Formats: sequence, C-alpha cells, structure tokens
Amino acid sequence: MEPAKLLVQGVSKVFRDGRKPLDTLAAIDLFVNAGEFVTVIGPSGCGKSTLFNIVAGVDQPTSGIVAIDGDAQGERAGKSGYMPQQPLLLPWRTVEENIMLGLDVRRLPRKKAEREAYELLKRFGLADFAHHYPATLSGGMRQRVALLRTVLFNSSFLLLDEPFGALDALTRLSLQMWLLDLWQTFHSSVLFITHDVREAILLSDRIYVLSARPARVLRVVEVDLPRPRRSEQLALEQAVRLEQELTTLLLKEQQS
Amino acid sequence: MKLRWLAGYGPAFVLGVTLLVFWELYVRAGQISSQVLPSPTAIIQALIEHWDVISIHTMQTLLETVLGMAVAIVFGLILAITLEISRWSRRAVYPLLVISQTIPIIALAPLLLIWFGIDLGPKVFVVALYCFFPIAVASADGLADAEPELINLLKSMHASRWQILWLVRLPGAMPSFFSGLRIAATYGVTGAIFGEYVGAYQGLGIYMQLSVNSHAIVLVFAAILVTAVLSLLLFGLVSLIERIALPWYHGTVIHRR
Repeated sequence: MEPAKLLVQGVSKVFRDGRKPLDTLAAIDLFVNAGEFVTVIGPSGCGKSTLFNIVAGVDQPTSGIVAIDGDAQGERAGKSGYMPQQPLLLPWRTVEENIMLGLDVRRLPRKKAEREAYELLKRFGLADFAHHYPATLSGGMRQRVALLRTVLFNSSFLLLDEPFGALDALTRLSLQMWLLDLWQTFHSSVLFITHDVREAILLSDRIYVLSARPARVLRVVEVDLPRPRRSEQLALEQAVRLEQELTTLLLKEQQS
Repeated sequence: MKLRWLAGYGPAFVLGVTLLVFWELYVRAGQISSQVLPSPTAIIQALIEHWDVISIHTMQTLLETVLGMAVAIVFGLILAITLEISRWSRRAVYPLLVISQTIPIIALAPLLLIWFGIDLGPKVFVVALYCFFPIAVASADGLADAEPELINLLKSMHASRWQILWLVRLPGAMPSFFSGLRIAATYGVTGAIFGEYVGAYQGLGIYMQLSVNSHAIVLVFAAILVTAVLSLLLFGLVSLIERIALPWYHGTVIHRR
C-alpha cells in the first residue's frame, strides 16, 4: 500500500515570542490519502494557519511528526502547493507571469514556463487575461489566478488556507465548483482550511473539526455524498443533519 | 486627462506669475537699484546674451550631477541590499548612516578640495554624498516592506534568500527606490554647485562665484535660474523613467503584450 500523501502525528506548537509561552496546537493527528479532499474546520483564531505553515515547511512543530509521501525527515518546503488566505499576486507581474512564479523558483527555462502557464490558463478559461495586471482583476479572478499559480507549482498536493473567505456568496459558489473541477483534473490531494461548514461539506471527503486554542481534533467526519458534487446536494437530509451537528459543535467551541 | 492634469497646477502658475509681475514692477518703479536686484526680464535678457558662456558651465555641472547620481545609485542599492541580507549589518550600519547625515556636507567640500584636488572627482563625490542617503534609505525601507505572507509563500516553494530578493523584494522596492531617486535628483545639482563653489575650472558654482566678485548680480540670478530649471528637468526625467519602468505602479496601462 502506498503511504498517505500527508501524515500528521502528535504535532504540537508552542510560540515563545512574548513573556508567556502561547500553546497554539496540542497534539494534532490527521492524514490525507492520495487523491483525497480533506478539510480542517475550527473556530477563528484556533491555530489552523499555524498547522498549515508547519505542513508547508515554513514553520517547524514543537513536537510530533509530519510526513509527506511517507518522508518524515526531509525538507517539506517545495513539496506542496501552498495558497494563503490573500491571493498575494505580484502587482508587477501579469497574470501569466504570476502563475509562473513557482516555475521561476524552480529555474525552469522561460519559454517552457510560459507555455505551461498559458496552457493552464486556456484549460481553465482565463487565457483572455494572460497579459493583464492583477490590479485590473476582480476579487474572484485574483483568487482563481492564485489557485492556478498553486496548481502549476505542485498539483499533486494542495494546501488551501480559506481561499474563498473574502468572496461574496455567488462568486464563492462558482469558485468552489471550479476548484472541484481542478481537483478532478489533476487527481490532487487537498488539505483545505475553512470556517464555513457548508463549504466543508460540499467539497470534502473527510472533515476534521478542531477545538478552540490550543487546537486539538474534536471530531472526524466522513462525508459520503456522491461525486461529482453539486450545490443542491447540500439540501439532502444527511447533509443538513451534518451541517447542524457541526455548527452546534463549533458554536460551543467559539463560546468557551 | 492631460488637460485636467495641467489644470491641477493652475493655482501655482497664477501665484508664480503674480509674484514675478510684482517683482518686475517693484524694480521698474525704482524702489530698489537694479544693480542689487535685477528685474525678471533683465535676468532673462542677460541669460540669453551670455548663453554661449553659461551653457558651457551648465554642461559641466550637469555632467558632475549625473555622474554623482550614478555613483549614488550603485552604492545606495548595494548598501540597501546588504542591510536587507544581513540583520547584523542592518543593526550596525543603519544608525551610523543616519548619524552621518548630521555632518554638514558644505564643510566637507573644502576638505575634499585639499585631499583630491580641483578636478571632476571631488564634485562627483559631493553630489554622490548628497544623493546617496535618500536613495539608500528609501530602497532599504522598500526592501524591508515586503509582506511577510508573501515571503512565507516563497519559502513554501523552497525559494532561496537570493530568489526571494530577486523575485519579490527588489521589484517590490522599486517604487520606494524611485521616490528616493526623485529627492536625490533635486539635491544633486545643489551638491555639484557646492562642490564647484570651493574651487573649479568650470561649472555654474564657480560662474556664480566669479559673477559675484565682478558685481554682475544679474548673472548670478541667471545662473540660479539655470540651476532651478536643471533640477526640475532631472526631477521630471526621473519621474518619466519611473512611469516607463513601472507601468503596473501607475495603473495607466491596462495590459501588455
């Protein structure tokens, strides 16, 4: 059996910046199998982003094991496509050049990188914007570009940190469907962060519910709605029941 | 678009012209000797009459200014990058850099004359001293200003320190660099004139000095006028280069091919 795409075991994080050490993560366990869409959901400020920085190799855990493709020792940076909350597009690069950023870091020849970026833009309907600057794009468009940049850097394992948090409801829904299309095209493994319960149910195979800080896993839920997913499925009885259950759980955490 | 941009300068233009008219009338009315304060029209006339000589001095001053600014750009950028690369050098050098600005450069000019002679070198050096600080500080601040989130993104891609500098920090610092360069452009000509004032074969500074000595006040004013125009032109040139180099920053270009 091939190893899990991502295995997180007993990962904790204590920040020692101020006078008092800040317990952010308390022994998190989770895994993502190849091709799975896994979501982490939790009250705001619970340390989800800290977990992401650790998986992306930007930060180190205080204790515990993080293994990507079964490798717990090696460098993690570069092994995932990491997308933070803001799109963080470079204003001096055109859409096409922004998407190529990861390939520039990998020192791919310019011509080859341009071709790959353009192919991707065409496949996902953004070819018309290839030579626009980000400042001229809408919020939803910027998020699409950021997502394509992430995919072009590493399509096998995506780390998406509340990518649709700042969008209006309609744009958000169309981007969710767009993301599922992307996920299916590339057979990616995805670890997704959100605090939107409906979004988690619509997208995921499995949901981890985190507690308030210091974060630990409160519940693990398998979502067995049929694929391909459509927004109408949120009205199914099992989806509604799951939504209520998770919302109640999160509300209790937010208060305490 | 262009008209509205010009209209923005309307009030300044009206005020400027009004002041000049008052000045002209004041002198013509004989309130003050034209030997002491020549009228604006007399200054223009003198400038045209002596242009063959003044233009030679102007070219010399311009040459010193441009060379000095070039030196300041090279060393300012190198210093800014050094400060960014090493946290230690930032803590060690940055305070000294600020303190160095309390030294009056006018006082240095005569020393430079003694140390390096009367040639081009010391003037270029004075200009570079003037321009170095705004360029270095603005660029260093621009380099340090990159969003931490963006740096994390690059780290997650396993980018090296140099790649982060080259792909994110340097291009992001360009608007700050140009702000510093614009300030430097206005200082530069003044720096060259200070350098020449102490001793030179050619240049607007020494020309002013000689004109004062021969009581040709009108020619001093003519040289001052040329100095001001030169500074404005350099300022405009830097702004123009910035517009061409950073189309994304001014939002005038929607897209490019």
